[in-house]
Amino acid sequence: MVQINGEVQDVAGMKLEDYLKENDYVPDHIAIGWNEEILPKEEYATKFFCDGDIVEIVGFVGGGAA
Amino acid sequence: MAENQFYVDSEKLSSSALKKKHELEQNPASRTNHMEYEEGMERIDSDIMTKVLYEMEHYHYEEYTESDVQIALSKETCTIEDLKALLSPAAQPYLEQMAVKAKQETSRHFGNTVYMFTPLYLANYCENYCVYCGFNCYNDIIRKQLTQEEIEKEMKIIADSGMEEILLLTGESRVKSNIEYIGEACKTAKKYFRNIGLEIYPVNSDEYRYLHECGADYVTVFQETYHADKYESLHLMGHKRVFPYRFEAQERALKGGMRGVAFSALLGLADFRKDALATALHAYYLQRKYPYAEYSLSCPRLRPIVNNDKINPLDVHESQLCQIICAYRIFLPFVGITVSSRESKQFRDGIVKIAATKVSAGVSTGIGDHESKYIGEEEGETGDEQFEIADSRSFGQMYQELSEEGLQPVINDYVYVQK
Amino acid sequence: MKKTDTFKLGEKEFSSRFILGSGKYSMNLIEAAIKNAGAEMITLAVRRMNTKQQENILDYIPDNVTLLPNTSGARDAKEAVFIAKMAREIGCGNFVKVEIMRDSKYLLPDNSETVKATEMLVKEGFVVLPYMYPDLYTARDLVNAGAAAVMPLASPIGSNKGLATKDFIQILVDEIDLPIIVDAGIGKPSEACAAMEMGAAAIMANTALATAGDIPAMAEAFKHAITAGRKAYLAGLGRVLERGAAASDPLTGFLRD
Repeated sequence: MVQINGEVQDVAGMKLEDYLKENDYVPDHIAIGWNEEILPKEEYATKFFCDGDIVEIVGFVGGGAA
Repeated sequence: MAENQFYVDSEKLSSSALKKKHELEQNPASRTNHMEYEEGMERIDSDIMTKVLYEMEHYHYEEYTESDVQIALSKETCTIEDLKALLSPAAQPYLEQMAVKAKQETSRHFGNTVYMFTPLYLANYCENYCVYCGFNCYNDIIRKQLTQEEIEKEMKIIADSGMEEILLLTGESRVKSNIEYIGEACKTAKKYFRNIGLEIYPVNSDEYRYLHECGADYVTVFQETYHADKYESLHLMGHKRVFPYRFEAQERALKGGMRGVAFSALLGLADFRKDALATALHAYYLQRKYPYAEYSLSCPRLRPIVNNDKINPLDVHESQLCQIICAYRIFLPFVGITVSSRESKQFRDGIVKIAATKVSAGVSTGIGDHESKYIGEEEGETGDEQFEIADSRSFGQMYQELSEEGLQPVINDYVYVQK
Repeated sequence: MKKTDTFKLGEKEFSSRFILGSGKYSMNLIEAAIKNAGAEMITLAVRRMNTKQQENILDYIPDNVTLLPNTSGARDAKEAVFIAKMAREIGCGNFVKVEIMRDSKYLLPDNSETVKATEMLVKEGFVVLPYMYPDLYTARDLVNAGAAAVMPLASPIGSNKGLATKDFIQILVDEIDLPIIVDAGIGKPSEACAAMEMGAAAIMANTALATAGDIPAMAEAFKHAITAGRKAYLAGLGRVLERGAAASDPLTGFLRD
């Protein structure tokens, strides 16, 4: 099992690139935290999910409520 | 513009000494490069000199108008531009308004207090040839250096008068008045005084640290003039000739753990408006870099010396001096401003009500003559003085007169803490 | 006076002194707000991205506008550094606004954690703009840490209460040799103008716009107010005539020459 943005998902063994495509993530709009490390963009194409991975996919939203 | 005639020859000088003196005076090529550090002089990483000299060089005081002065006077925060206006000739008609504003700032930061101290000259030996100074190495004066016993004797006499801060001065001879000698004097001074200031030749930061450990807490170094070229033509020989090393003395003193530093131009040596600007900015930039330190400014004018009674402050009259002091106060409301006994009783009494916060009392600029001056007993041989003083009031007299004017004399201001 | 009045953050020069916040209003208004504000910099937050998201805020921001991601949500320096690194990995530059709050009620910035985060992020090569409570010592620490600007709050974030910390911001303007960008609490264009007259380098505003009746129109109002305040500062404010009489006894009567 893999935890992505707080949700447990059954994607162990899946290629990250495929997961991103399937869920309409645009690589240029996101950053990925992989087990508390930042995953460099060039590794998106070669990375596979493993059991127990904790993954955060983040991007920009409106903010700065001054 | 009139110029002072500084050069005085003594019959006692050997022909070779005289020849060298004349060579230095007349041939600039015979002098060393005043912008070059000598061996053993510490260099620190600092851009303050560059900043100060830049502002000074680009200060055209004739461009400021009365309206610039009015704006400067109506502002809460005085900027560098405002300071330039206040130091300009356009501000002269506004002297009374400047005094009123300066007085407000002074009372806001200092109330009605006036701090009192006395200088003690330990020696008048000097290795420099500064043409305007009575201690200069070519001037024919009686030289003397106090022994540690004599120092203690003088300190006792001064301390008995009630004084709690002392300013120790030496001529600038590293050989005669070495660091250990000054350090010992500080240790003795610690027995008799609460606060000890130093006005000695500039030293490296580790030497300042040592002197601080011996008890000193405040370092005063006069740059004399901030015009490097003029400086070169007045300080013809000796360590003092090195302009940047002197400029950075206060910063080295702070690095050495001193609590506070004092600055000054000797007004009358060069263009006084530019010198006043540079003095204020020297303190201003240093305060921004070392905000925890204490700062004070002096504002001496040239005085007659032994063997040359013609020396005078040229175009810096009392009203110009007052203008400078008011501008200092408005620009740097928090700094101490010292007015020495070079000025008359009348001037000092007037200026302490406006802006000055530190005055000397019971002053002798000679060597080893406190006993005769304080208790009327003749001492043995004494050394000649650095310059003529104009206000010879004793500590007790000064204390009483300040009190009668509604001011509050303060004789020690903080607790020495070793840093 | 310089011909072009710009200020520098990191290596970039900015001529607009209005930093726009993008929170609490819809994406389709962002473009108009940026245009009317004349903004060259906009703040953004970093959040988890949902799947199947149709639109992205980056699509609404013109390329010439510098992105200033903030670290909102961080409760200490370590979290702020992580968020900043994530933001940089998205790939829109190395600017970051450090925002560390450890109080969810008032949302006041934690100055000591902010200094720590600034130190760490500067070492990592970021251009760091720390949001802080206007305290002189903290501001000096931020200068020493290598911050590119200091962003003191005018009043509690989102409060629209204006320049509650005016006197303390003035101290920072007077004492700190970095751009002072007034952030948080500015509720009206007149307050933005007043801060600029005091010598602030720029204004950051968000809630004042987001809660306005017409967001793009308010963005324009702020732009003009900020420009006016800046011009007034550069022009040098005129004298203020004191009321009341001068002392009858002249202070300078003792001078002899």
